[in-house]
This record gives sequence, C-alpha cells and structure tokens, in this order.
Amino acid sequence: MQQTMRKFDTLCDIIDRFDRDPAKLISILQAVQAEYRYLPKEALAYIATSLNLPPARVFGVATFYAHFALEPKGKYVIHVCDGTACHVKNSQGLVNAIQKKLGLTTDKNTTEDLLFTLETVSCLGACGLAPVLVINEDVHGMMTPQKCVEALDKIIEREAQQ
Amino acid sequence: MNTNTTDTVKQTLFVDGRELPINGERNVLEMARKAGIDIPTFCYHSELSVYGACRLCLVEIEGRGIQASCSVAPEPGMRLRTNTKKVRDIRKISIELLLANHDMTCPTCSRSATCRLRELAERMGIDKVRYKPIERKAPLDHSSLALVRDPNKCVLCGDCVRACHELQGVGAIDFAFRGADSAVLPAFNQDLAEVECVNCGLCASVCPTGALTPRPEMEEVWADLDNPNKIVVAQMAPAVRVGLGEYFGMEPGSITTGQAVAALKAIGFDKVYDTSFAADMTVLEEGEEFLDRFKNQGVLPLFTSCCPAWVKYAEQYHHELLPHLSSCKSPQQMFGAVARKVLPKVMDMKGKELVVVSVMPCTAKKYEAKQEKFIHDGVPEVNHVITTAELGLMLRQCGLQLADLEPAAFDKHISFKTGAGVLFGVTGGVTEAVLRYAVEQVQGKPLEDVDFREVRGEKGLREATVTVDGIELRLAIVNGLAQAAAVIESIKNGTCAYHLVEVMACPGGCVAGAGQPHTFNPAARQMRTRAIYDNDKMLDYQKSQDNPELIKCYADHFDGVGGHTAHETLHTEYTHRKRLHEIDIALQEGESKGTLPIQVCVGTNCFLNGSQDLLKKLMHHVDQQGLTDQVSITATFCMENCGKSPNVRVGATHLEACTFEAACRSLEEQLGSKAL
Repeated sequence: MQQTMRKFDTLCDIIDRFDRDPAKLISILQAVQAEYRYLPKEALAYIATSLNLPPARVFGVATFYAHFALEPKGKYVIHVCDGTACHVKNSQGLVNAIQKKLGLTTDKNTTEDLLFTLETVSCLGACGLAPVLVINEDVHGMMTPQKCVEALDKIIEREAQQ
Repeated sequence: MNTNTTDTVKQTLFVDGRELPINGERNVLEMARKAGIDIPTFCYHSELSVYGACRLCLVEIEGRGIQASCSVAPEPGMRLRTNTKKVRDIRKISIELLLANHDMTCPTCSRSATCRLRELAERMGIDKVRYKPIERKAPLDHSSLALVRDPNKCVLCGDCVRACHELQGVGAIDFAFRGADSAVLPAFNQDLAEVECVNCGLCASVCPTGALTPRPEMEEVWADLDNPNKIVVAQMAPAVRVGLGEYFGMEPGSITTGQAVAALKAIGFDKVYDTSFAADMTVLEEGEEFLDRFKNQGVLPLFTSCCPAWVKYAEQYHHELLPHLSSCKSPQQMFGAVARKVLPKVMDMKGKELVVVSVMPCTAKKYEAKQEKFIHDGVPEVNHVITTAELGLMLRQCGLQLADLEPAAFDKHISFKTGAGVLFGVTGGVTEAVLRYAVEQVQGKPLEDVDFREVRGEKGLREATVTVDGIELRLAIVNGLAQAAAVIESIKNGTCAYHLVEVMACPGGCVAGAGQPHTFNPAARQMRTRAIYDNDKMLDYQKSQDNPELIKCYADHFDGVGGHTAHETLHTEYTHRKRLHEIDIALQEGESKGTLPIQVCVGTNCFLNGSQDLLKKLMHHVDQQGLTDQVSITATFCMENCGKSPNVRVGATHLEACTFEAACRSLEEQLGSKAL
C-alpha cells in the first residue's frame, strides 16, 4: 500500500511535470508506464481528467502504440527479435521454447506470477548476433532454445533466493 | 498546361476534360461533385474535418497519379480524371475489402435500405467478394437507452468519431487499437451507457452503415396497442410532420401532418395529440420565467432546456450552468405530465391504464423519457418513444402508404397549436417563439410583425439583439453542442452579455435529428426547415399566448402560468452527472476488518479545486499517523456534487468544499468513536 501511494504521487508529479498539456499526452503515458510497468485504466482516466481530454481519446492513443500495455507486464520483459535475419535463424524456435518453459501462449504473454512477459519485435538492429533476444536491458546473442531455458532458469533461481 | 497564365481573373481546372472555374472549393472532390459527378465517399462529410481514410474518392491527376480527391486542393490547370480503369479497379477493391470484413446480415439490418456500403457495392457492380471473410464477431452494445452499437458493421470511416468530437464537443467514442484490431469504441471499451454519450444520435445520423442505430421501441408499442386493457395515446413532435414523408419517397419537407395523424389512428392509437401544444405551453412557462429573471435581476442568461442531449451535456460538464437552465420540462415531458393530469378528467378511461407514446425526431428523447425524475410512483410520464423512422416502419409493417391516407385531425383538449409551437422543430425556433410572447408582454400591446428573422439561420452560433421600448434583449442561438463553448466561456469569465441562449444539440435543430428518416440528400435539412416556417404561416395563430385550447387548459387545470400547479407539473430540476462510471482508484487498503473508507473525488471540478493536493496530504497523514491498517483510501470520479468541490467522504460523512483539516477532523472523530 505504501507502493500504491508512492505511485499515485508519481502520477501526479508526472502530469504536473508535463504542464498538464494535452499535446504531451504520449510523453506522459511513457513516463507513467515506466512507473507502473503498464497503464492501468484508472491512471488513464485520471490523466484524461487532468488534461481535460475525452477518456476515449486517451484510451485510443494508449491502445494504438505497441509500446503501451494495458495489462500488467512482468518484472522481466523478454523481447525476441523476429526481424529477417533472426527469423531465418529460427527465432520462432526461441519463442516456442520460452512459451513452453513459462506456460505462455500467443494470447497470454505474461506469467501468472508477473515475473515474465514475452514479446516479439521486428528488429533489434543486432543482426550479426542472430537470433537475438533482450531481457529487460540485457542482450543475449546467438541464442538457441536450450540457452533460452538456461537464461530463464537463472532468473527464476535468483528471484527465488530473494 | 499554361492556357491560364494570361488569365488572372478566372482560374480553372479540368474534370474529365471539362473546364471548370475554381470558386474557393476546399478540394477537388467538391469541384467534381459540383460538376455533377457523384464521387463515392464514406468519410467525407462537408461539416466535418477532412479525414482521407476511406480511399473511395480516388481520382487520377495528371502528373500526380492516384490521389484522394478530398485531400487535394484545386490548382489552376489541374487535370483530373474520375473514371479511369485504375480508379474503378481500386474503388472496387476497397469496397470488396470492406465487404470481406462486414457482417453481411443485410436482410435483418435496420439500415439495409439506406446503407451506403450496400449502395456503393451495387453501384460498383460488385457481384462477388474475392477475399476471404473474417469470422470474428464482436458483441453488440445494447446498454444505451438511445442507441445500439454493432461493431461488426463498422467500416472505420470515423464519421461518428469526428461528429461526436467536432460538432458536439463530447468525444464519447474514438478509434482504439490498430491495424486489423482497429475499432471505434467508448473509453476503455465500456458500454455506451457508462460513458459521457449525450444520446444525441449524431453518430447514427452520419454512420454510413448499421454500426450505430437508434434503439428501437416498436415492439413495446405494438404490445401496448394490442393490449385491450390499455388506452394508448400518441404525441407527435413538430419535426415529425416534415420528415415522415421522406420515408415514403416524398420530397424532403413535405408536410404530412394530417396523414401522420390518420396513420397513427389506423395502426391502433386511441387518440393522437400534437406535442406543439406542449411547446406552446413551454413558451408561456419559459417566457414567464425569462421575464421574471429579466425584471428581477435573476440568473441570466437563461438557457433553454428542450433538448435532452444539451441538458445531459450541461449536467455532465458545466455544473455552474445548471442555475441558468430553464426549469421547464421539455415539451415531450410537459405533454406526458399534462396528458396524465388532463385526459382522465376529459375522457372516459373505462378504468383502463393510460399509455403515452411519443413520436420524436430524436434519440435523446428515448433517454429522457426513462429518467427517474419523470417517473412518478412507477408510472412514467411518457411510456415509449419511437422515432419518425420507426413510425414509418410501423406503417410499412401494416402495408400502409402515407400518401394514400385521408388526412385526419388531432384529438381535442391538448392538441391545438400555434405557429410558435411548431417552430420548436428548427434551430432558433424556441427563441423566436419565446420572443413572440416576451416582446408582447414587455411592450404591453400586440405585436405587429411576429417574424423575428434575425434569429433564423444555419450558423452554429448566431447572435441577435431585439430592442423593445428601448430595452435591449440580447440573444444567442447555438446548434451543435461544441458551439456552446464560446458562450459558456463568456459566462465563466463574466463577459457574457446575453439574456437568452437557445441550445440544440443537432446542427439545424430537431428537423435534422437522428430519429428522422435517413437521407443522402444534403439539401434535406434546409427543405425541412423551410417547411416548418411554411407551416407556421399556414396556422390560424402564430403566438402561443393566443392558443385558445391552451388558455382553456390553464383555466381548467392550472392556477395560471408559472403558478403552483404549473410548477409541480411542468417544471423540473437538474443534477450533476458523472461522466465515467465504475472507475475508482484504490490507493490504500486497510488490512483489518471494518476499515474506515475514505473517498476523495478527482472528477474535473474537484481536480481543478485542488483535490489532488488534498488526496496526497491525506495519504501522507494516514501513513504518518500509522493508520494504514484502519482506513482505506479511494480516488473516485465525480460524486455529482460539483458545485461544492472538492468533495470527500469519510465513512458515511460527506464533506463538501473539504479542506485537509476538515477531513482529518472527521477521520479522527470517526476512528476515535470506533476505538471506544
């Protein structure tokens, strides 16, 4: 509950920092998502009120951009590259392996415990390392399905210790 | 190319080889249409911004290739072709792609006869769709009292989105998601009834397909007509008489009052009355209210309250305007209330239940009739509201042709009307009708000329000044809710000079309401408007105060205009209304059982009056005092008490104009008593 309060404080600060300016809606959404890891409906409604925009417009912008998530994302977001180079080097195999390991599907891309979210991206600009994936900020190149599972196991183990 | 270089006076371009002068047209689409070429469009609407999404208005421009004609400004010497193979092929593909996505249940769609998509598919000669259809059915939204939303029939032209946002200033629906998932949705994909929709139905009017349609109430009406224990009476709004004919192929603006009455009788209504009678009544009540405020330094300007979409808009967005709203019920509700008061006294009810059905050019009237404040001891003033188009359909169900019917007269007691009552159907009409009363009252002698042409017209915001005996009456007439913004702003900053402001949500007024038959004729609105003014001229009386049946009604059943009984029966009150439902932010949840709930309103007004700061301080206070397991804090959207913001609820105590100190005091008191 301390956390929700802190987050609400931050939400208010973000809106003020961007001068409650409707033209800065996207920047506000980015900053809010950085705080909450997704865009809760209540936060969107609050942003709409404070910017004096119709909530439907804010909802429209938030759902248009792939970057914005309306469902909570995991603590670790895995981006598997599916650009041309990675695709021909079997990026789909990586996706399959991760989905199987974490019990995810195309429709359900976040684990129940909110630890992992799996997404594909069109190109990470690291074709030399194909197939490549990024977990939060860490880049993993020349991946195989087996190496994916190992990387995930490591995170799960570390989290369990904490 | 340079035939025009020496000709600086007349600039021209060429459409399919024909040379045409450029006269300030916004785009080459308008030029082509002027030349008599009906270029197909979905998303082009002359009253809305240019959107360029539907790709049907494509033309080939020499040197530029294929272009969307709505988005190209005319240039001298430009040569465009509207009918090349390339253009035809692309248009055909566009329609086929839309059809592949479309829920083609045309025989059961209420718009099948007036569907733009069906019409264009036919025009393009499409006899098969080459693309695989998408089998993905979205649920229909039946939540609204006024409208039905069927996402499966949406072609994503965005006409509804722009109409709602640009013309009404509401924005209840907007595009959401992207690509193949794109959809037009209310905020958060909530039901239409749970968002700020004002039920005007403009979205349904501009929708080219059946994605947004008026909510039908015909079955309820048929059931009551079939019930031998009920006496069913109809009231017909002014605009219906100039719209119904179009449903039967007549020219827009054909006046069919007598036939409409005959038709209602033919399908089983016991009595048929004219809402214009109630409009005359509104003129007297509102006129008196206006004069009283004017003479006694009351709250001015007075806003009209006939349009339920406008009333809901004011209730949702501008709590500070509510004292400005006339307390008069709309003519529909006045009629319902008067019918329930008068009819049992003047006709033999044979112990049967009275059912009042309205025929309206409007979808918001459906919503209005079902408001709790208009239902007394379980009996609504008006039971059912059908639109002009629904009446047309009911007649067709019975195999009746309007033109073939022998005109009939309205039933007596509460039907006789004057021209003023009929004028309610057009923008400026209520103002003119009230002027015919108020000016006569002020100058103390009969009016010589009843026409106030200065208030007529089409512009979204019109101003007029009428001088009587050296007294200036300053008026504003608004049609299209977005146009009200300037007037409202002037009231807020204290510069408003108006005495009376008329607001109608629909551009053009009720004649162009969403309940009227659908039309592709851009001149229909003007033709219906002209018919209303013609009708005014044809009637015996032009001023509401001269209405003999109304005078008798007041004498028999009321204690005078604006009297006590009139107030009880014909007037109403307004409330603040929240725009977002079912959204609260749980900020802190106490852990022990029976925690004390604190709700802080963060709706627009409370937000502007500092509820954000208050909320923050309160949360920190609770934290510092170590009360976190004893209280829960929620930020909520609108407690519908915007006049006394910020609003806070601590337990069962509602704190208006709340300060941090007041909230803390209440918190301590309640926690203290609990501890004891």
